Amino acid sequence: MSWLLVYPILIPLFTAVLAYLFRNSPAGRWISVVGTLALLLASVMLMSEVLDQGVVAGQMSNWDAPFGITLAADLLGAVMVVITAITGLATVIYTLAEIPERLEKLGFHALLQTLLMGVCGSFLTGDLFNLYVWFEVMLISSFGLLVLGGTREQLDGGIKYVLLNLVSTIMFLAGIGLLYGMTGTLNMADLHLAVRQVENQGLLTTVAVMFMVAFGVKAALFPLFFWLPASYHTPPVAVSAIFAGLLTKVGVYALIRMFTLIFDQDVGFTHTLLLWLAVVTMVTGVLGAAAMNDFRRILSFHIISQIGYMVLGLALYTPLGLVGAVFYLVHHIIVKANLFFVAGVAKRIAGSTDLSRIGGLYAHAPVLAFLFLIPAFSLAGFPPLSGFWAKYVVVKAALDLEMWFVAGVSLAVGLLTIFSMTKIWGAAFWPSHPDGIKPRLSDIPTGERMALMLPIVALAALTCIIGLFPEPFVQFAERSAQQLLDPTEYVTTVLGVQP
Amino acid sequence: MELLLSLTIGVLVATSTYLMLDRNVLRFLFGLVLLSNAVNLVIFAAGRLTAGAPPLIDAGEYAPTGVVANALPQALVLTAIVIGFGLLAFTLALVYRTFMTLGTVNSDEMRIAEPRDGRDEDTGRLGLGRANPDKPATGQEAGI
Repeated sequence: MSWLLVYPILIPLFTAVLAYLFRNSPAGRWISVVGTLALLLASVMLMSEVLDQGVVAGQMSNWDAPFGITLAADLLGAVMVVITAITGLATVIYTLAEIPERLEKLGFHALLQTLLMGVCGSFLTGDLFNLYVWFEVMLISSFGLLVLGGTREQLDGGIKYVLLNLVSTIMFLAGIGLLYGMTGTLNMADLHLAVRQVENQGLLTTVAVMFMVAFGVKAALFPLFFWLPASYHTPPVAVSAIFAGLLTKVGVYALIRMFTLIFDQDVGFTHTLLLWLAVVTMVTGVLGAAAMNDFRRILSFHIISQIGYMVLGLALYTPLGLVGAVFYLVHHIIVKANLFFVAGVAKRIAGSTDLSRIGGLYAHAPVLAFLFLIPAFSLAGFPPLSGFWAKYVVVKAALDLEMWFVAGVSLAVGLLTIFSMTKIWGAAFWPSHPDGIKPRLSDIPTGERMALMLPIVALAALTCIIGLFPEPFVQFAERSAQQLLDPTEYVTTVLGVQP
Repeated sequence: MELLLSLTIGVLVATSTYLMLDRNVLRFLFGLVLLSNAVNLVIFAAGRLTAGAPPLIDAGEYAPTGVVANALPQALVLTAIVIGFGLLAFTLALVYRTFMTLGTVNSDEMRIAEPRDGRDEDTGRLGLGRANPDKPATGQEAGI
């Protein structure tokens, strides 16, 4: 078995332990930086392995599948691990300037690393119950990060986040129990074969809907998203950014994995349901964003609306639709984390995230204004940025199926996204500051300014690269979509036999 | 046995749903505990019920003889109980801390992260009173 599969889980684990031991000294945060760099290196190596050899699978302790614990990486899993490492690294660098020492002494970096471990584990596991366990690792770390510091806002948002996510977890567990009762296996590749032999296909569809609800809560699908705008704007910006970038996407990833690999027996029902949920999610999310008046809350609602596009790509269930979903997933993580980073810098120099209480960013911090425009336009879908290609592929897939209404709605949602972005621009960047403050980037000490701006510049550059040279990325998404739609390679690699 | 177990699961789910519809966060949490126990029983039942047939292998054999209970769901339940217990401990601490800080456990009153833009003056709601940072929480209002 390949050790490359284990590194993305082991590295954050060791980093977390070391960072916790050194939490009282400045060494802790540098351990976190180095650990995340190592994670990035390991994930890129895993990626090149998957590109070379196709699906990589490993059985822990040499217990053959389906009896042992399986780790498996196909193209989708590998790219998600890479993007997790990139976002993680950007966040860790950003926290160097943003997280007060008080939180570091409480073990902030250890929690951040266990969060990365949980996310990587979720992407790499090939076993349903282990997915549940990795979700829990991820959840408990995110609970900790969310309420660390314990301000009134954080506790208020934290309660809703914790309770609603626990409901989804319990739903997930019930689904696992019932699925095991029907098929007698929890290995995902084995389940792909086993669900075809279940006599009571109606019951299987019921279980599929339970999984849909469970992952729908995690992914913030309509009508299960209320915990997200209630909580994502309350913790420190770096935490918001990594949550916004990664956590909901784990839900989307799980949806894609389950509804291509296992629950593809009743596509007419499940994927139609997903389609309409996706459409309503897009609309409600963007309307919520248009109604909000706070920088970070607008961005939180945008996550919901963008989740709609990704699930739409999955729900169309055509090769092109899945290409769109995968491409969108990758593009969105980069863009969304970046927007939150910009919001954090804006708060730092202008004093607030409430749009009516800030201003003057364009006049005094033009660099930041420019760096805001790149992810904002990308999110709204302006060519030639990455969001344009992502939206283009999804809309094209809908048009190919002659779903005019769905395509029309997704285009209209794009327009409304631009509207809410201009709202931020028109309130925070364009007019002068209501209190007469001149928000200058140069007011931040040089070292901290570097730590804040480096991730923003790097992620903006990545957005531009994907946007200007989409060809290799689309080709990658195409190969990944092929693997998802025809999981024969995945199944044979994991089970080690020809089915 | 199956009937008894499914009835128990049903009653637990019904009770937990009732509790989770309450505005009191503490009751919601108790509902959640009941629900997670109901789900544990579901997993347990999914492994087929075979009373008095432990999955033990006789001496000299390589596989169990006859019908035995499936051991995997029991291992799953054990993991789920441990994880659920950890989450419960965290959530209880969180609810307690929230009550001490915000002075309320009524989810309708928790509007600090999502302010109502000053429109909350005349909603005519019945409740424990708005969260007031100046008034220390006593615990009695919430029934703690």
